[in-house]
Amino acid sequence: MHAPKPSADASHPAPARTAALNLADEARKREVRASWLLSAPALFVLVTAASGPLLIVLVYSFLAAGDYGGVVWSLSGEGWFKVFLSRDIFDDTVGIADAHLTIFWRSVRLSMLTTLICIALGFPTAWFIATRSRESRNVWLFLITIPFWTNLLIRTFAIMEVIRSEGIVNTVLMTAGVIERPIQMMYTDFAILLGMAYVYLPLMVLPLYAAMERLDFRLIEAAYDLYASRWRVLRRIVVPLVKPGLIAGSILVFIPSLGAYVTPRVLGGGKNMMLGNLIELQFGQGRNWPLGAALSLTLLVIVMVALIFYVRIVQKEAASRE
Amino acid sequence: MSERASFDIRRMPGFVAIALATFLVLYAPIVTLVIYSFNAGMSVALWEGFSWRWYEAAMHNQQIQDAAVRSVIVASFASVFATVLATMAALGTTRVRPFRGQTTIYALINQPLMVPEIVTGVALLIVFATVKQATGYSGLGYLILAHTAFCIPFAYLPIRARLEGLDRSLETAAADLYATPWRAFRRVTLPLMMPGIVAGAMLAFVISLDDVVITEFVKSAGQDTLPTYMLGQLRRAVTPEINAISTVLLFISVAIVSAFFVLNRKKA
Repeated sequence: MHAPKPSADASHPAPARTAALNLADEARKREVRASWLLSAPALFVLVTAASGPLLIVLVYSFLAAGDYGGVVWSLSGEGWFKVFLSRDIFDDTVGIADAHLTIFWRSVRLSMLTTLICIALGFPTAWFIATRSRESRNVWLFLITIPFWTNLLIRTFAIMEVIRSEGIVNTVLMTAGVIERPIQMMYTDFAILLGMAYVYLPLMVLPLYAAMERLDFRLIEAAYDLYASRWRVLRRIVVPLVKPGLIAGSILVFIPSLGAYVTPRVLGGGKNMMLGNLIELQFGQGRNWPLGAALSLTLLVIVMVALIFYVRIVQKEAASRE
Repeated sequence: MSERASFDIRRMPGFVAIALATFLVLYAPIVTLVIYSFNAGMSVALWEGFSWRWYEAAMHNQQIQDAAVRSVIVASFASVFATVLATMAALGTTRVRPFRGQTTIYALINQPLMVPEIVTGVALLIVFATVKQATGYSGLGYLILAHTAFCIPFAYLPIRARLEGLDRSLETAAADLYATPWRAFRRVTLPLMMPGIVAGAMLAFVISLDDVVITEFVKSAGQDTLPTYMLGQLRRAVTPEINAISTVLLFISVAIVSAFFVLNRKKA
């Protein structure tokens, strides 16, 4: 539907007014064109080296695998087929790809556990920072931000130094005579979980802190005046009020955990793979690029679903506040 | 009675203990890593005295030298390119009335923040493998292009934040005093934007310097940067040499991020 036409006499404005309107239109057009021209170089780089290649991944996921990596240019559903299913080498019976499902399940389970650990540690930490004096608050916040900006590989490596067989924990325990042989902590799911919780924790604390900083403490005071217990105040007042920060933090931790590559590779080794490592394998020894492409897109879809879920909740929260 | 008087509504039982323990856990491994980079012995657990031994070893290692130079080249080019492009995009997308397509521009700029690195890495591997074969060029250009792309959002966000806080009236005043648009931009807008631009460039530099995943997929043979060199070494026997490189990288990041904080506080 078009906007209703102006009435008869208004549709014949004075020539001067038309000219002025045209001029304003012209200026607006020039402004928009300038916006596009200024953004164009950045968009060009992003389309060539970030968004565009994703479309090529989609194309590759429907091609056949070459014998030595790469692809053969013929349409094939084999890549997507192999994401969840496998075909027996001898009698061609179709079964479920157990190895892949195990890795999917490990990725989702470890990412959820990482998120929970980050909430358990991050919530009190954010509360602690938010309840300091304005001066010291900035110092504590800075202390959380520093690990966030230091190299993820180095932080993973630092965890490795702590838990490996010749590492600090084992050396201390053995010197103290508590254990005789080193405890095997490296190359286990536990190691991956510890490493991921360690590297992604700041991503939970920062949005939680942002939500708590705006908290109206008079509401809490009112609840105590009405004889609420601390636990009840936490559950009925604080948590509902900081929920947006809690959800943002969970998304920020969950998404990189799901796509993690470095931490599971260093701490999990070859046996305890996560989705990121399974994808890499298809482009290395696995030599199955279409499968790798299909797996990448599967990961991307899960991430997008999580993001849409997040946006929905934020919009609902915002709507209910109005 | 006295308990009621000292009742603190901000206190939650156990929270302080958990928070302090969290800070301890967050810093203990990093601090240990730094300390043991100065260990005279091979161990990362038994202290055998102070020494610069591992720093010297790292400095004389040709592979590490090459990787360090490569890291700095890629990060410098990528952060400069990303900052220039992000500055232009920020000028184009802030302080204008909303226009059709603006959301698309935002989505494209923020896209590297949302897509898992491994997916971008794989996508670039596929595209660049074809381009490498077709053109025969396999230099650092691919790494610089890839790093520029994922650095753009990190440069863009602080620049845009700075620009949004700027008052248009100063530029209008310059125009009233017969400054050409270019002169008004160069002498008024640009200096006012500078803290945002510098902050954006610093973040882009740190992000590029620290990248592992995308570099691992994009690099051609023999194009290790410091982080990918370290990742390769971690598979083999770990020597405190890696601690030494880590410590150096750590201090560069901390120094740049601290400078970023100081810069941002001045603004406020």
